[in-house]
Amino acid sequence: MSQIYKVAIIGSGPAGMSAASHAAKLGLNHVLLEKTDHLSDTIYKYQKGKHVMATPNQLILRSDQEFDAGKREDILGKWNDRTKELSVNVKFNAEVKSIKGTGDAIAGSIQKMVARARDGTTTTTELQRMAPPYELTLTSGEKVIAENVILAIGTQGNPNLMRCPGGDLPHVTYQLDDPYVVVDQHITVIGTGDAGIENARGLVEDEVQGNVVTVLNRAQKSTNVRESFATAKEPNAKALVDDDAAGRLTIMYETETKEVEPGWIVLATRDGEERIRCDRIIARIGSAPPRGFVEGCGIEFASQDRLAFPTLSPVFESTAPGIFVIGALAGYPLIKHCMNQGYDAVEFINGNTSLKPADQPLLDAKFAGLPGNRSVEQWLDFLKSNVTILEGMTTLQLREFMLDSDMRAYRKGEVIFEKNDPGSSLFAIADGLVHVQIDPTDKSKIVPIEKGSIFGEVGLISGRRRGATIVAAEDTVCVEISRNAALKLQSQVPTAKKAIERISTERQLLQMFGAGLNPADIKEVVDDAKIMQIKAGDTILREGDDGKEIFVIRVGSMIVEKMVGGKPVFLSYLPAGSYVGEMALIAGGQRTASVRAAVKSEVIKIDGEKFEAVLRTKPALLERARKDMDLRRQTNALIESKKDSISSVVDLWSEQAEFLVAQGLGEATDVLLIDETLCVGCDNCEKACADSHEGLSRLDREAGKTFAHLHVPTSCRHCEHPHCMADCPPNAIHRGPDGEVFINDTCIGCGNCQRNCPYGVIRMDKVPPKKPSLLNWLFFGSGPGPGEPPYKWSKKNMKYTGNPAIDESLDRKKAVKCDMCAGIDGGPACVRACPTGAAIRIAPDEFLTVARLEEESA
Amino acid sequence: MATLPHTPDKGDFETAATTKSSTSTRTPKTAPRVRRDKVTSHDSFLNYGNGRWWKIAIVIAVVSFATYFLIDVEPRHNGGSWYGYTMGTIGFALILWLTLLGVRKRAMTPGRWSLKAWTSAHVYLGLSLIVIGTLHTGFQLGWNVHTLAWALMMLVILSGLFGIYVYATLPKALSANRYDEDGAITEKVMIEQMKQLDRQIHDAAQPLDPEAATIVERSLGENVFAGSFWQRARNSYPGDLTRIAMGELRKLRNFRPRTDDDPFERVETLLSKKEALLAKLRRHLQLKSWLQAWLYIHVPATFALIAALSAHVFSVFFYW
Ligand SMILES: Cc1cc2nc3c(=O)[nH]c(=O)nc-3n(C[C@H](O)[C@H](O)[C@H](O)COP(=O)(O)OP(=O)(O)OC[C@H]3O[C@@H](n4cnc5c(N)ncnc54)[C@H](O)[C@@H]3O)c2cc1C
Ligand code: HEM
Ligand code: SF4
Ligand code: SF4
Ligand code: SF4
Repeated sequence: MSQIYKVAIIGSGPAGMSAASHAAKLGLNHVLLEKTDHLSDTIYKYQKGKHVMATPNQLILRSDQEFDAGKREDILGKWNDRTKELSVNVKFNAEVKSIKGTGDAIAGSIQKMVARARDGTTTTTELQRMAPPYELTLTSGEKVIAENVILAIGTQGNPNLMRCPGGDLPHVTYQLDDPYVVVDQHITVIGTGDAGIENARGLVEDEVQGNVVTVLNRAQKSTNVRESFATAKEPNAKALVDDDAAGRLTIMYETETKEVEPGWIVLATRDGEERIRCDRIIARIGSAPPRGFVEGCGIEFASQDRLAFPTLSPVFESTAPGIFVIGALAGYPLIKHCMNQGYDAVEFINGNTSLKPADQPLLDAKFAGLPGNRSVEQWLDFLKSNVTILEGMTTLQLREFMLDSDMRAYRKGEVIFEKNDPGSSLFAIADGLVHVQIDPTDKSKIVPIEKGSIFGEVGLISGRRRGATIVAAEDTVCVEISRNAALKLQSQVPTAKKAIERISTERQLLQMFGAGLNPADIKEVVDDAKIMQIKAGDTILREGDDGKEIFVIRVGSMIVEKMVGGKPVFLSYLPAGSYVGEMALIAGGQRTASVRAAVKSEVIKIDGEKFEAVLRTKPALLERARKDMDLRRQTNALIESKKDSISSVVDLWSEQAEFLVAQGLGEATDVLLIDETLCVGCDNCEKACADSHEGLSRLDREAGKTFAHLHVPTSCRHCEHPHCMADCPPNAIHRGPDGEVFINDTCIGCGNCQRNCPYGVIRMDKVPPKKPSLLNWLFFGSGPGPGEPPYKWSKKNMKYTGNPAIDESLDRKKAVKCDMCAGIDGGPACVRACPTGAAIRIAPDEFLTVARLEEESA
Repeated sequence: MATLPHTPDKGDFETAATTKSSTSTRTPKTAPRVRRDKVTSHDSFLNYGNGRWWKIAIVIAVVSFATYFLIDVEPRHNGGSWYGYTMGTIGFALILWLTLLGVRKRAMTPGRWSLKAWTSAHVYLGLSLIVIGTLHTGFQLGWNVHTLAWALMMLVILSGLFGIYVYATLPKALSANRYDEDGAITEKVMIEQMKQLDRQIHDAAQPLDPEAATIVERSLGENVFAGSFWQRARNSYPGDLTRIAMGELRKLRNFRPRTDDDPFERVETLLSKKEALLAKLRRHLQLKSWLQAWLYIHVPATFALIAALSAHVFSVFFYW
């Protein structure tokens, strides 16, 4: 214990392991501390035989460990061997629980930590940073002292712990390795996600185990398991409910733990307190990101945002001097990046100051050929000092940011994008000037946007098509920031977030109300505008209330409803980019209808009085708002008048609209619907989809929900803000020119998108072998015929070569989803192949209109 | 100032079609960027294109009749006159084209075609064959290969008409049967649930006495697809084991003392659950078999028709 290591590395994932290997190679006095009893726990936990991908391809690996695409087992095997060969000093079962400087207090270096409680209140604690060397305390109580620390613990985090009294008793556990060895116990399972359900069911699978299992569920009992088990997969939840019905275990709804005692557990139920026997508790209540621990080490994060990463210097050093952060925790989720950083961080610690980052060639390529002949470093400085939203970034952040972004140069007069192009990227002007054409019919009507500012933010925020054409007014250089990079930027650099929000609010108002407004006219309105997050289903306007605010829908969508004859009637669907609340302002009186969020949304709330003031000075604007209002009133009048004559049709139309919104139409851009008065169940849509896409169908016709014969099959909705994109390590999911959300070939098969899509439309599968041609099948019966080949046939006919490199890639599973048949002449195959016309693809804002009501009542 | 050519951004303009190796398409395609026409409403194959094909079919029928009566063929209308030849050729070509629907349905080639339009044309042009084919015969029917061809044609057409009838009437029932308040239930899920119920019944039957347990046991593991086509189509399964088990069990129960928490009751509840599910699944299979059954006449008869037509043409030209 007396020895002081030069460097202690925490976590043996690709990042930490590569760092330790390089330290060993350099002969540095080091120690690698790993929580589990094996190297690289995250990869260890991949499913057996998983094909691990080595993306990005262009990036050179710089490490003392090997890594190439291949099977999980082979990769782990090689790493284990090499770690021994290099005599890396690994300490297993060594979970670090705290890191403290043992030197003097660092003057003025104070870490503020904000903890947020469930009820939304926050408490801030302050921590005085101390100078190195650092003392690392393990959960075993052992201590390790090191001058430098490399923190490479990934983002898995630790299981959430029970907080009730007695939660620290030894029979409270957070994991169940083998349910079949547990016998004759009274067990309480807490947590109704997939992990908890699987544990509970495993414990009672065999009756001879004799376990008495109780599952606690905080939610209410419901016939719809998606409500009562919101975080679990539907089949899992149904199976659990069946087990309950069969008496194999007990589910207690609306129940929480109150207290744990040895041998017993006290529960708070709807009918009061209850005490039941309990020999073991298995709590599967999710895991907490490691942020708390990391902050406790004196490491500051860029912002309060959930997505934020630690603030780092160009050499990965955190705000705690001598503590370096690398790997997934630093925001680099790919194995190759992680390994390179391990190597680099050790080089830096070893005093190498001239090391060029491994991503240098990638950046060289990004900036090559641009006007101005600057080097990469000069460009980065240039961007930082010229582009407002990039100002707050560290060089390291900017480098990473540029990997996901692109440089663009335009000649004077060149069109950058056109109105109605799809696109969700944000542009920042590094040099030059652009013009926005605000009137499609009159090219001379323009608004300039200057150097340093941004444009294209509407596509980024609302996910909708470009609102205007943008032309380079001079020779111009822009940074085109991909959606992902822009989201990351906003979470890392709070000032960038504020700047983007302000500009987007202003532009959105100008664009919506047009009519010769300029920024100065609405300055007061913008200054006062508030961006509010609205949960799905929450109401922003209630019929009959007083109030004069106007709401602009920034993200998501809303539905407008009104009570007619004692029943809520659907009036209209409002996509992002529209506004509500103007009637009370212009015509006075109470709110005439209720407006609620169809999906999680964001609105800009505008003060009514301030807006009224603008209206008074701008008669043209008032005129326009009046027209919009009249149009809405006409629609409402039409529906209300029909309500009496053909009440059933209106009710049906209204209920159908509600149903579609509940099925995700509120955030969809393009959905496949099946009219079940016409569907003969031939599954030709599925077959056509498979046959035009590598033999894998991207839709499940039968699954999904139906209302009044309108069926929403399991197939991609091409969401405005695709949930699937959120967490894709290689950034493989994009939006194409027809608005389709698709996955390209860089997919590494991690399955994150499948987990993130709320509609369950992504499948992970391997490409089946090519089938014999249709004529061969028709005349000679060879092959499995049209549609997705049966699993057995694919297995038998897969062309394995005996060469592991090729065979493994044949077995590679990747994410597969609808791409809207982009690029296939004639459009969606599923629709074209339907013999009866039952299958249609629709855009919600065009489908949820009165036009359909009129048609149906005709 | 040197300018970098403006290359589209990978993120935004790359499409499944234009990436070098996308996850989705085997051959790289470079279709132009066309905005798809989105649909706000739709029509069925019977009204496709504002009834374009039934209007055309009516015109064909009217023209055929008109010419039949206007043109004077000596000694009387027959297949061998120039009028007969014309109608025969049109009819034969039409039949071959109608047969191609089977290929069109399965060849997912790119292009602006829709199977709905094809089916619409198929139905109405197919019906117009009644007129074309019959006028071609000049009403000279007899017991020969020529009339066999005509009869087969009529069989194909009548089976097609029946197909239209089931396509128009059964889908609603198929849909209604698959749904309850919890949402959709697919065929696969029904079968899964059946297995699950079987397991539950098996477990629940353990406390029963051997006699009752055997009765219950016998009803398990029934293969719902085992019945004959007729059973499925008529949804009639005499000797259904689940129902028998229910009956026997109820009988037995009358001879046992009544208790709280009776294992008999549990089994019975489960059995009746299974019976309901079984009924649903069987109704599903019934509807599906009706929606497909007619094709087992329509398609083989089409092949027989083409064979007979070939024989008819062959005999006309070589044994005249
Ligand atoms: C299913 C799946 C598939 C993936 N597939 C790929 C792929 O094909 N290609 C690719 O490039 N990327 C892939 N990724 C991403 C990649 O696995 C991670 O980004 C990468 O492992 C991160 O490496 P890391 O070293 O930063 O952290 P990790 O690999 O997460 O390692 C952290 C280590 O630290 C240990 N640890 C944590 N806390 C402590 C503590 N307090 N004290 C001591 N030790 C601690 C953990 O036990 C663990 O071993 C995939 C991810 C998933 C989830
Ligand atoms: C002699 C005339 C006809 C011939 C040769 C013919 C032939 C065919 C063939 C080969 C198929 C393809 C079946 C398959 O592959 O699934 C088919 C389908 C069909 N035919 Fe006909 N047909 C004829 C007339 C008609 C008529 C008159 C009708 C309707 C009144 C009709 C209605 C249909 C329908 C509804 C389908 C099914 C379409 C589908 O579900 O894909 N046919 N026919
Ligand atoms: S895969 Fe899911 S989340 Fe992604 S766009 Fe489609 S429906 Fe939305
Ligand atoms: S597309 Fe899906 S499975 Fe593939 S890498 Fe991205 S998140 Fe993972
Ligand atoms: S649009 Fe194309 S990819 Fe999408 S479900 Fe239909 S056939 Fe499949």
